[in-house]
Amino acid sequence: MQIKLTVNGEPRSDEVEPRLLLVHYLREQCGLRAANVGCDTTSCGACTVLLNGKSVKSCTMLAVQAAGQEITTAEGLAAGGELHPVQQAFRQEHGLQCGFCTPGMVMAAAGLLAENPHPTEAEVREGLEGNFCRCTGYHNIVRAVLSAAGSMSA
Amino acid sequence: MIPAPFQYEAAESAGHALDLLARHGEDAKLLAGGHSLLPMMKLRLAVPSVVIDIGRVEELAGIRADGDDLVIGATTCHADVAASDLVRSQTPLLAYAAAQVGDPQIRHRGTIGGSLAHADPAADLPMALVALGGSMEISGPAGRRTVAADDFFAGFFETSLQPDELLTAVRVPRHPGPDWGYQKFVRRANDWAIVGVAAAGGRIALANMGPVPVRATAAEQALAGGASVADAAAMAAEGTDPAEDIHADRAYRQHLARVLTRRALEHQKG
Ligand SMILES: Cc1cc2nc3c(=O)[nH]c(=O)nc-3n(C[C@H](O)[C@H](O)[C@H](O)COP(=O)(O)OP(=O)(O)OC[C@H]3O[C@@H](n4cnc5c(N)ncnc54)[C@H](O)[C@@H]3O)c2cc1C
Ligand code: FES
Ligand code: FES
Repeated sequence: MQIKLTVNGEPRSDEVEPRLLLVHYLREQCGLRAANVGCDTTSCGACTVLLNGKSVKSCTMLAVQAAGQEITTAEGLAAGGELHPVQQAFRQEHGLQCGFCTPGMVMAAAGLLAENPHPTEAEVREGLEGNFCRCTGYHNIVRAVLSAAGSMSA
Repeated sequence: MIPAPFQYEAAESAGHALDLLARHGEDAKLLAGGHSLLPMMKLRLAVPSVVIDIGRVEELAGIRADGDDLVIGATTCHADVAASDLVRSQTPLLAYAAAQVGDPQIRHRGTIGGSLAHADPAADLPMALVALGGSMEISGPAGRRTVAADDFFAGFFETSLQPDELLTAVRVPRHPGPDWGYQKFVRRANDWAIVGVAAAGGRIALANMGPVPVRATAAEQALAGGASVADAAAMAAEGTDPAEDIHADRAYRQHLARVLTRRALEHQKG
């Protein structure tokens, strides 16, 4: 069936099978490969994207459920080639190791800061509860999110 | 994994959803947030031939006060229940329960109606609704009916909802006071309760202590008869028949029910 939606600010219209998962639609049909499939069971958060500004796991959503909605992936965060403050902070604070969890972490963090611009460290840790880093680099990830919160409100 | 093929219908209103259910019969499944149904479809534990999406039906979402009750639309997501000023001030137990579901991403998609219709005995909202003495508003071909949470859960993942019926809203009596407690015992982040206890006023509900969320009636009666919290909590597992799994055997679950009930009756949140 035909769906119309907005992906990273651009209106799109695509033919999709109803059973196509949003993450596969984004990766294969839109060519946006930032969102990764880690667990495929709503646990790891590697597939996190923003749906109307709220973080969701795109492995547990159908592309047809996104019809009429706005999706943002990590590719869409950097406006005009300028890194988003969260991306900038992950680079500065060494918030990634292998990088597999990073697009999901960055999107979850961007969603968290949109809802709570001044989180405490505990709120950052709880806010990223749905994202696993198998390199276990949580310490720097939390530091990066706190630093991004500071730079966004500055 | 990708679900088996199905026909997709997006409902435009509650009435339209009911028409689609009537037309497609038992082969059809309603899709709200999809955070129970889609994982089951990926695993082929559910193979509906028609999926009726109610996720964008505006009249089914939202929270309002109605006299002594709050009325919460079925497709209101857990995050909106948890963040609602009305829910937080008038039934803080419900806001707390919604905030315990999974993780932020799951709470942005999963809905209160989906959680109740799914009826996982380990889930947060079924236990909360039983503790608060809430009820379900249901529409079907024969009209509307209201079912008390105590009567709604019929068995393991089973409710009194018929295949052609739609849960439209949840009704919860206001319980604004501080006399409530909530205990969810888990070993991992974003998991279901190994045992859960929600207590409000004189009511005590247990999660994962049987095929449905159950009331700890012996403990409730002891409390009503003037027993101490410790003595009442010691009776919390009476009459329960919890399942055994890798997390806990029957005796351990019953032990947890007693300990967590005491904490819940002391109005602890955890
Ligand atoms: C990784 C993970 C962790 C989770 N952790 C928890 C947890 O800690 N605690 C907890 O309580 N839950 C947890 N959940 C479940 C979560 O609460 C789901 O949101 C909820 O169980 C289902 O809601 P949904 O809107 O996604 O329903 P869906 O998946 O869309 O539907 C579930 C079922 O209900 C039916 N249904 C949906 N809406 C209606 C309606 N209005 N009328 C009639 N039938 C309807 C559907 O047909 C389907 O059978 C978790 C889920 C995942 C994936
Ligand atoms: S791939 Fe979606 S949560 Fe892991
Ligand atoms: S950086 Fe490797 S999984 Fe997080």
